[in-house]
Amino acid sequence: MLAGLQRAFQDAVLGEADGTLAEHVTAPGLAARIAVYRNTVQGSLGEVIAAAFPVTRRIVGDAFFSALARRFAAGHPPRLPQLSAYGADFPDLLAEEAALHRLPYLADVARLEWARGESYFAAEAPALTPGVLIETSPEALDALKLRLHPATRLVRSPYPIHRIWQVNQPEVEDVPAVDMSVAENVVLTRREGRVALRLTSAGDAALVAAIAEGEGLGDAAARALAEDAAFDLESALRDHLIAGTFRN
Amino acid sequence: MVRAIPGAAGIGLRHPHDLALAREPAGTPLTTPWVEVHSENFLCDGGPRLAVLAAVRERYPVSCHGVGLSLGSAEGLDAAHLKRLRHLFDWVKPGLVSEHLSWSVTGGVYLNDLLPLPYTDDCAAVLARNISHAQDALGRQILVENPSRYLSFRESRMPEAAFLARLVEDTGCGLLLDVNNVYVSCVNTGGSAEDYLREVPADAVGEIHLAGHTIDGAGDTRVLIDTHSTHVCDEVWALYRAVIGRLGARPTLIEWDRDLPEIGVLLDEAARAARIMAEAA
Repeated sequence: MLAGLQRAFQDAVLGEADGTLAEHVTAPGLAARIAVYRNTVQGSLGEVIAAAFPVTRRIVGDAFFSALARRFAAGHPPRLPQLSAYGADFPDLLAEEAALHRLPYLADVARLEWARGESYFAAEAPALTPGVLIETSPEALDALKLRLHPATRLVRSPYPIHRIWQVNQPEVEDVPAVDMSVAENVVLTRREGRVALRLTSAGDAALVAAIAEGEGLGDAAARALAEDAAFDLESALRDHLIAGTFRN
Repeated sequence: MVRAIPGAAGIGLRHPHDLALAREPAGTPLTTPWVEVHSENFLCDGGPRLAVLAAVRERYPVSCHGVGLSLGSAEGLDAAHLKRLRHLFDWVKPGLVSEHLSWSVTGGVYLNDLLPLPYTDDCAAVLARNISHAQDALGRQILVENPSRYLSFRESRMPEAAFLARLVEDTGCGLLLDVNNVYVSCVNTGGSAEDYLREVPADAVGEIHLAGHTIDGAGDTRVLIDTHSTHVCDEVWALYRAVIGRLGARPTLIEWDRDLPEIGVLLDEAARAARIMAEAA
């Protein structure tokens, strides 16, 4: 009996019609009262999505974003009460949204924002120290399997997602023109509680992707070179040590 | 170490006030006697949020207030969620743990609101089973908070205060009495807040919440909304004074979640609650 009432309530607050819930309820101004719950459920979930995707929201505008977020909430309500994990599927909705076909980069920008949130909430771990690389003999380096830090994320895109992200920060008032023909890759890392976004080469992105898949350093470097003949492993590793891309 | 929550007036720990408390040097006087956090905000694996709480709990008694357990779900509780909460509490060592007389999960979907329940025998049995399950899994007593309500169910057969008394008797849980919620619910659904507060089992009340609400609409559609966005209203202060006169001092929390002002405004509200407790002593 309680289960039936709760299903009717769920249908009423995720949808737009009171349905059978109205039969269970007593209140003056009945529809307005159910609407209080509907507004809280849809509105609060929309706010969670808005907080996770501020750049996406700025690009499409508040009104359109709010409608999208409500539709997302109704079709993909959370399965977990910790809302820091809610919204992973939102970029896919953007990719499928017909009204957004003129903004083909938007889903990847949203993926970058989601990666940023994941990095922020990821587990702590000590970053890789240079000693590990220095102490490994040159013959053993090829087989060395580095591990990504839990807060490291890689986002690769055929669009200039890093540039779009930068020019849509709150402090930027006049958004400059962006050359949409540039492909960009971003490595995200967290040091001392701050998530850093670092634009990186196609070769370096291939290196990080290969290491994430468990490849040894030799094979990972070969994949990087196949992507980008000018790839320089030594300088890439130096940058990763500074950024904290890998863990000890 | 578990720091007990004192019978004094604390504040909800919200951003950015959390940073100020986390950065206080050791040995300086506490800004507030205790703080409360929303448990579900800290179920992440790492990062700055946990680091700030780690610093705050070094100095302050912390109460963990849940919004996601869904004690009123007909389908029972999510064992994985209980396990995550247990893990959090084993680390935070909260002085109090609380949840709500409400539901938010059905069919495994989390609706992110504290939804109302019908006060029936059937529902009391579901609640008693779920509260006992939670207390067993968490290895401790929990306090159950009365929700703010915007409607009632035809099925309901007893007043909310009597329903809460029955759950206390059946499960040994305590109560978190939200005086603003009592006022909001009584105005919205009919009923006397004074009667409600007289009927609540006094010994079970382990904590009190105070918050502000807003008024929406007019006439038939006038409804008080529990927004936690403003000062505690005069009617709620009067009810609080009456409750404290009857119960004596209890841990009291100022909740403010939206349109968050400077921390001083929250501390002024807490000081007003502290004065009322002192005058009743």
